Amino acid sequence: MLSALPLLSLVIWVPILGGAAVLFVGDDNPVKARRLALVVAIATFILSLPLFSEFDTTTAKMQFQEFAPWIPLFHVNYHLGVDGFSVPLILLTTFTTVLVVIAGWEVIQYRVAQYMAAFLIMEGLMIGVFAALDAILFYVFFEAMLIPMFLVIGIWGGPRRVYATIKFFLYTFFGSVFMLVALLYMYFQSGSFSILEFHKLPLGLTEQILIFLAFMGAFAVKVPMWPVHTWLPDAHTEAPTGGSVILAAITLKIGGYGFVRFSLPITPDASAALDWLIIAMSLIAVVYIGLVALVQQDMKKLIAYSSIAHMGFVTLGFFIIFDIVRQTGSANGAVMGIEGGMVQMISHGFISGALFLCVGVLYDRMHSRMIKDYGGVVNTMPVFAAFMVLFAMANSGLPGTSGFVGEFMVILASFKAGFWIAFLAALTLILGAAYTLWLVKRVVFGAVGNQHVAELSDLNRREFVVLGALALVVLLLGVWPDPLVSVMHASVDNLVQHLTVSKL
Amino acid sequence: MNFVAPDFLPALPELFLLAMTCVVLMVDVYLDPARRQVTYWLSQGALLGALLLTVLGAGGAATTTFDGHFVRDLLGDILKAGVYLVIAAVFLYSRDYLKERELFKGEFYMLGLFGVLGMMVMISAHSFLTVYLGLELLSLSLYALVAFNRDSAVSSEAAMKYFVLGALASGMLLYGTSMVYGATGSVDIATVGEAVARQGGQNLVLVFGLVFLVVGLAFKLGAVPFHMWLPDVYQGAPTPVTLYISSAPKLAAYALVMRVLVEGMPALFGDWQQMLWVLAVLSILLGNVVAIAQVNIKRMLAYSTISHVGFLLLGVLAGTPAGYAAAMFYALTYTLMVAGAFGILLVLSQTGFEVENIQDLKGLNDRSPWLAFLMLLVMMSMAGIPFLVGFYAKLAVLQAIIEIGQVGLAVFAVVLSVIGAFYYLRVVKFIYFDEPEQNVPLQPSLDTQVVLSANGLLILLLGLYPTALMALCLNAIQGL
Repeated sequence: MLSALPLLSLVIWVPILGGAAVLFVGDDNPVKARRLALVVAIATFILSLPLFSEFDTTTAKMQFQEFAPWIPLFHVNYHLGVDGFSVPLILLTTFTTVLVVIAGWEVIQYRVAQYMAAFLIMEGLMIGVFAALDAILFYVFFEAMLIPMFLVIGIWGGPRRVYATIKFFLYTFFGSVFMLVALLYMYFQSGSFSILEFHKLPLGLTEQILIFLAFMGAFAVKVPMWPVHTWLPDAHTEAPTGGSVILAAITLKIGGYGFVRFSLPITPDASAALDWLIIAMSLIAVVYIGLVALVQQDMKKLIAYSSIAHMGFVTLGFFIIFDIVRQTGSANGAVMGIEGGMVQMISHGFISGALFLCVGVLYDRMHSRMIKDYGGVVNTMPVFAAFMVLFAMANSGLPGTSGFVGEFMVILASFKAGFWIAFLAALTLILGAAYTLWLVKRVVFGAVGNQHVAELSDLNRREFVVLGALALVVLLLGVWPDPLVSVMHASVDNLVQHLTVSKL
Repeated sequence: MNFVAPDFLPALPELFLLAMTCVVLMVDVYLDPARRQVTYWLSQGALLGALLLTVLGAGGAATTTFDGHFVRDLLGDILKAGVYLVIAAVFLYSRDYLKERELFKGEFYMLGLFGVLGMMVMISAHSFLTVYLGLELLSLSLYALVAFNRDSAVSSEAAMKYFVLGALASGMLLYGTSMVYGATGSVDIATVGEAVARQGGQNLVLVFGLVFLVVGLAFKLGAVPFHMWLPDVYQGAPTPVTLYISSAPKLAAYALVMRVLVEGMPALFGDWQQMLWVLAVLSILLGNVVAIAQVNIKRMLAYSTISHVGFLLLGVLAGTPAGYAAAMFYALTYTLMVAGAFGILLVLSQTGFEVENIQDLKGLNDRSPWLAFLMLLVMMSMAGIPFLVGFYAKLAVLQAIIEIGQVGLAVFAVVLSVIGAFYYLRVVKFIYFDEPEQNVPLQPSLDTQVVLSANGLLILLLGLYPTALMALCLNAIQGL
């Protein structure tokens, strides 16, 4: 029965239309707006579950496909479908949105309906990005997502929100327009906007390199990779907690997803030729940005930089595969690299989201993000401290948490690519531990820092539910990552097979 | 010499509108000022009647009449229907504004309707003479409309500038026409087209004339470097008139380009493509960059118009049916967006307060979330963000120029549209991120609210489903 439903359309349009409904409830009815938003978010999450439970893990083919002509004149189709890459990300999106709605429950008092609606609409658009199999449809979702996020940061953000949000918008917009030109170019080569057709499209090396660079413009900004990462610390810092969570947990993943959906399969030879560039940028992100994170005074900025460093692992995992194949002649290590990157993305979604929520909990009480304003929080907020320590450990890749799995897989894979790559990548274990644990030490432990800290109250039930749910997932994926890996395995295998065949 | 009565049927909407305009004029003379409402409704009725006549007469092959000086075809019908609808919206949006400033006079409607007639003649022109007739009828109405608030020095100055430069441009156009006449012996567009095809680019007089024609057209469109009048006129004219000038005349100007260049000079494509290339590149560059520096929102929208004109020209210079259709789609949707933008400004300019600067939009979200949302749609659509129709307009144009291999030009256009996004975002910033400076409640009349909402939602709906309009444009181009 489930297969008869257009599940993907439902998970895309239920939150968007639900968001519109929340808008119509209006800001004068905050209680109603919150409740409706929660209902919509939970309904979407439930609707997204069958995507996982009914998913056929033995095949790399697109599943739950939907197809309808949309703009026949341009050969643009409403074509949706998911494989092992997109399903985990869709679930991450629906799960995180529920938490964001709950997290904003009483924290947001200004224009509640608009706030909730923005997140719901964004949820639908992001799922659309992950589910689109038509390049224009993908682009449309990819760009449309900017509007709600622009408003979220600008309306509910911190003091420098206007600067941050315009920077965010223009950076991402600038990156993505080149992709549009590349997509149009490929349309005239293949006569279709189907992403799967693009995968098969034969392209010369020069073309591939130009297209690869165009894609890189879009996705490297989104990930973000050094040196186009500078919008992220600003946007993360100024965004309201919910905005930071969505940015860190999901929108960054869209960049990573773009690499595996577009760059690698469409331009395999350019990817192989330019892998050194991505690897270098990833390693700089891991090492240099790790050092930058170390000196941050602002908790949100620190987590933002840590996100960049962790996302460096993702791109590293995706692009060392060419080195591995060159070194070992077999594709086994390559599969591990991509899988490691994917696991890292999902895990980082939960962990960074959780850390931003932790900072949000403190910020709601103290209205400060500065590390120096805290100290000894454990004395007044023991339950919170336990969560914060757990997520910090996960962020630094402690075995038993989800953070360990992805990093370990990528480091293991990079040993096959070369010692020095693995050595530099493994530095993250030290750096990550250093900046996260030092943060925890200064904020959570020690003597009570000041009068305000002494007056803090521990988590309320709402906050406990949100952080508890995330803690559960982080631990579960840490000890038993198999369901996640098995969902994507067939798709990763297929991608690696595809990459070993040159398009030239 | 025998006189054979021409077939009046293809020109029925024009004749009807002419008659109705005279009726409006006469009725208004004898009308008690307190019942000026009648003039307004009569004008709307005239537009509605013309719309009905145009729609009923639509379809079938292109027919020419008046010895080939006038043509009725699908392209013309669609553009005319667009003109009626937009001008009807203009009349509606500006009604309350005019009333509050004691500008609610019959002249506005009379001149407005004559302008519509001018546009209709331009759209249906099939000879250089008719082109000139229509253009002058429109321009003279516009000069008068700009100076409509005769006590305003700024308006008078703008009208003067507009008149002087406009007359110069008309002179250019006429001069070009005379060159073409000299080279081909005809002013009929079909005959000129054949003659040009025979002579090709060899005839220097013809190319010389073409330059003047393009200059005249570029002036009317407001393409760089013939754009100087545009910001001053937009700023100086009363806002309803700015709305008028910025919307429907662009449709007529598009028709003019199609008639004169595409139909009249197809054999000189290589020559005018180069000229349009320069105009388009400069317009997109200057329009987007200079708009950033604007404080006055009407000036900002003027520069934004310039950049949109550049995009429209990109579609035309592609020289393919897809490109012409893309340009037509662009023109139609652009008028929709600009009507929405100025419509909202007119609502905001109520009760003795004039929206001049972008700052005046501050905190609109707190004053009226719905109007703020509509303005958000308009601004994002102009910036070319998807799910809004502006994105498809740009997409269609880019597709057309990539198809002819101009990838570099496409990259240039998209980069500049990112730069352009900044000033649209700034408007959104004032609307959503800032506190309102005044809290006069906004109470647009019910019909304004309904039409304005429909206007905004149409931008969204056409963005979700652009196919129908796009197919219509393509059909129209194929019917040329």
